[in-house]
Amino acid sequence: MSSLFSLTAPVLISALCLYALTKKVDVYAALCEGARKGLGVISDMLPALICLFPALWLFRETVLASLLTGILSPVFESVGIPPETGLIMLLRPLSGSAALSEASALIARYGADSLIGRTAAVMIGSSETSFYVIAVYFSAAGVKNSRWAVPAALAADMACFLSGAWICRIMWG
Amino acid sequence: MATGSERTAVKLFSYILAFLFVFSTLALAAGGGNPDALFQGAEQAVSFCIGITGGICLWSAVMELMEQSGVSRALSAALQKILVRLFPIGCRHEHILSAISQNVSANLLGLGNAATPAGIRAAQGLAALGEKAADELCMLVVLNTASIQLIPSTIAAVRSSYGAAAAFDITAAVWISSAISLAVGLGTAHILKKLWR
Repeated sequence: MSSLFSLTAPVLISALCLYALTKKVDVYAALCEGARKGLGVISDMLPALICLFPALWLFRETVLASLLTGILSPVFESVGIPPETGLIMLLRPLSGSAALSEASALIARYGADSLIGRTAAVMIGSSETSFYVIAVYFSAAGVKNSRWAVPAALAADMACFLSGAWICRIMWG
Repeated sequence: MATGSERTAVKLFSYILAFLFVFSTLALAAGGGNPDALFQGAEQAVSFCIGITGGICLWSAVMELMEQSGVSRALSAALQKILVRLFPIGCRHEHILSAISQNVSANLLGLGNAATPAGIRAAQGLAALGEKAADELCMLVVLNTASIQLIPSTIAAVRSSYGAAAAFDITAAVWISSAISLAVGLGTAHILKKLWR
């Protein structure tokens, strides 16, 4: 299963290039154009990360962080979630960049192929910045009453974090 | 497009950031720890971004090729049959149906820049239908808060820059977790829709 997915990228790119050629698309020009747009994504992200990384790194230095983990650890462990990923779950619905900062710090510290690193990656990969999405959509539509969107979105996020942790435990634990 | 409640959401995060700085400083003053973490963090942010630039740009290039060769258009046409069942009222209007299907297909392919404008067009269309489509507007938002991306490219770029043996080997786990989260989101939506009145 894992080796199958390690070929995802090369297979996808080759198939796409062939398909695009049959559609008479200028493949090289399209790829370069996309890569240029990718630089835009990075340049949007970097200022946010330069502000968020120091805040999170400073926080992790404090006794407060270890106290918080100490209190929450038994709770998270009892439902099968690695306690180290606690901060990701708090940040994820509010800010995508902050959650990504925290996840990358965990991946750097524990290793990309560790259970904690993988759990962090799966949590990020299978969730969205719920509150931000809700704010953008309802305000763009000019609707004030968001009805049941917040509880439904939060239930989905909870399900995502729990199932992500359990799946990682089963596959790599 | 800095609308009212978006600013509120951003403002809320300003408070959280200020809270993190103030409490960390107080806790450092009281309990010790390394204050240099502040500048190490800023340095790390830059090397982190440099580390993932290659991966992000490569995927962005692939996404552009998908868009230009019509893959996302074909996907959005295929999705319409499913979406008619989720949005029976909105899908009676051609422009709403096409906006929703573009939104969902862009989300599936990870084209965030294309997903949001299409989603907003759909939300505005549903809002214009008034009270009878209010539930479907919520459904659209819930669908967008559940991540349904097929290729987890950003986090794979992060994993690869930190030396993962196979950056995409989490893909199956991400799919299962996304599917469970989507099912719970839609299920909760279905229940709350009935309880709401």
